[in-house]
Amino acid sequence: MRETTVGIGSGAENVTELGTSDMVLNIGPQHPSTHGVLRLKLVLDGERIVSAEPVVGYMHRGAEKLFEARDYRQIVMLANRHDWLSAFSNELGVVLAVERMLGMEVPERAVWLRTLLAELNRVLNHLMFLGSYPLELGGITPVFYAFEGRETLQHVLEEASGGRMHYMFNRVGGLKEDLPAGWTGRVRAAVAQVRAQMGRIDDLVLGNEIFRGRTAGVGVLAPELVHAYGVSGPIARASGVDFDLRRDEPYLAYGELGDVLRVAVREEGDCLARFECLLEQTHVSLDLADACLDRIAGLAPGPVNLRLPKVLKAPEGHTYAWTENPLGVNGYYLVSRGDKTPWRLKLRSASYNNIQALTELLPGTLVADMVAILGSMFFVVGDIDK
Amino acid sequence: MDVTPVRTSGTSGTSGGHSAGHGHGHGAPAGGPVPLGIPDPARPGAAVEQRRLGPLARLAPDPVKVVLNWGRRYSLWCFNFGLACCAIEFIAASMAKHDFIRMGVIPFAPGPRQADLMIVSGTVTDKMAPAVKRLYEQMPEPKYVISFGACSNSGGPYWDSYAVTKGVDQIIPVDVYVPGCPPRPEALLQGILKLQEKIAGESLAERYADGPDAAPAAPRVPDAALRRPLVGGPGSGPAAGASGAPRSGADR
Repeated sequence: MRETTVGIGSGAENVTELGTSDMVLNIGPQHPSTHGVLRLKLVLDGERIVSAEPVVGYMHRGAEKLFEARDYRQIVMLANRHDWLSAFSNELGVVLAVERMLGMEVPERAVWLRTLLAELNRVLNHLMFLGSYPLELGGITPVFYAFEGRETLQHVLEEASGGRMHYMFNRVGGLKEDLPAGWTGRVRAAVAQVRAQMGRIDDLVLGNEIFRGRTAGVGVLAPELVHAYGVSGPIARASGVDFDLRRDEPYLAYGELGDVLRVAVREEGDCLARFECLLEQTHVSLDLADACLDRIAGLAPGPVNLRLPKVLKAPEGHTYAWTENPLGVNGYYLVSRGDKTPWRLKLRSASYNNIQALTELLPGTLVADMVAILGSMFFVVGDIDK
Repeated sequence: MDVTPVRTSGTSGTSGGHSAGHGHGHGAPAGGPVPLGIPDPARPGAAVEQRRLGPLARLAPDPVKVVLNWGRRYSLWCFNFGLACCAIEFIAASMAKHDFIRMGVIPFAPGPRQADLMIVSGTVTDKMAPAVKRLYEQMPEPKYVISFGACSNSGGPYWDSYAVTKGVDQIIPVDVYVPGCPPRPEALLQGILKLQEKIAGESLAERYADGPDAAPAAPRVPDAALRRPLVGGPGSGPAAGASGAPRSGADR
């Protein structure tokens, strides 16, 4: 057993030169401030972090290997579970990859509906973090408002898909089924309701002096680190890296939504900027949802999916499909040898890259700031560990 | 929703692994420290001390026990072992719309040492399993476990994964299983009601039947009962039954 000698007060002078000694502190894997089972190994000098090492793998469920034992219809079900807050976007990447391999043209109605649902899912995801981040910093109220909004949106999504979190609504070639009668009207009402209460989060959190004091200038992530570690999503955009697949490589119907789609960018790169990016993105997503609803109302009735063969096989070859998930770039590299299961389906998840930057971000900060920085990295542990 | 009829420890006659690692080796030395039934930090991995009933609970008259059960039932300080998707639905159940605090479940336990109820929500992986077991052992008696969601019930959609523990009941005893992937918040509410029913009907003396204060345990079922011969095909049905052990085929 290793022995650590510590001293307090004047006696501390005798222990080491500066009166402190390095201490290894394990945060997690089960710890309130890590919201999930991320484990951090910190080396501390007093209250200052000397080095930090994220220890991942506590939520590793082996999804990539399981993909190889599931056919293309079953994969969707596993794929939406690695990042449980953005299930719809995860499904989307898989079906986009398979559709591209098959050379499938998805009906226009399905494309617009997918765009709408992806944006609603983005709002759901962001509301979770908009609520949980202030909670970690000591403000309890916002999370209740955030969940009120989440329940409103989950209600309409459940009406369409049957699921509150894991929708399983994407199919190769379109969507599972058409929407219930009158659904678009109820979505419009839900979107309006959520938009109306977004102001409460603005006022409660952004207007709070303590929140600003704990986040402004804390945990500044340089754009060079963003590029070096492959950080993406709102975290990268908060550091001034203006990259959003919805605009820069449009998929679904985002190409036609250019006038509504504003990409939220900040230059500061601190915790406050990351939070502001998330908040602004939520507003943009609500606007996008409204724009999609307008377009869907003008579309002629038609199919929302294509008939598939009984045994679905992707032709031999490989493709990479990436989407702008709520937390960043999510990609699937699909290699097929013509079987009904993929030969390899590599998953590139956003959070895995994003939290690697913690190794550079945490050293030099205080333990109290670690909670603020960790919360502002907006990660989902399943997305890290797959 | 399924409630296990009995705690695993002691009653079934199976030993080791499944019974949450409560050792049966040593009692408390006379005049020594009061046994707490928690692991000794100086000896990691060693058998924990036996769970036992305190004198107050043992000697209390029945009406008082009813009151004690009633109190225990409606003040379940809950320790959320949030692991995966189900943890989000657990949070949703604690928020304004579903609000399980109105049922006496208090999700503000500072840690396992101050908690009565552990809700395991999400996939337990083999890497995480030791931590789950360790935190369970840190909880004071009497403690209850709700397994929330398909993954912690049985492995769920990851049933054939190389990294996932196929159910949290392989490492700790579970009182109530809540099915679903993830279960709705309403399902958790019903699971809590089931647990409260169970607590209301339980007797601590029976719960700690394997303790030193208990009556002698029921005789152990012979090992041969577990080794039934193979069930014969349709043609050889009566012959296989006649030649096999006495228990073969009769109870299935």
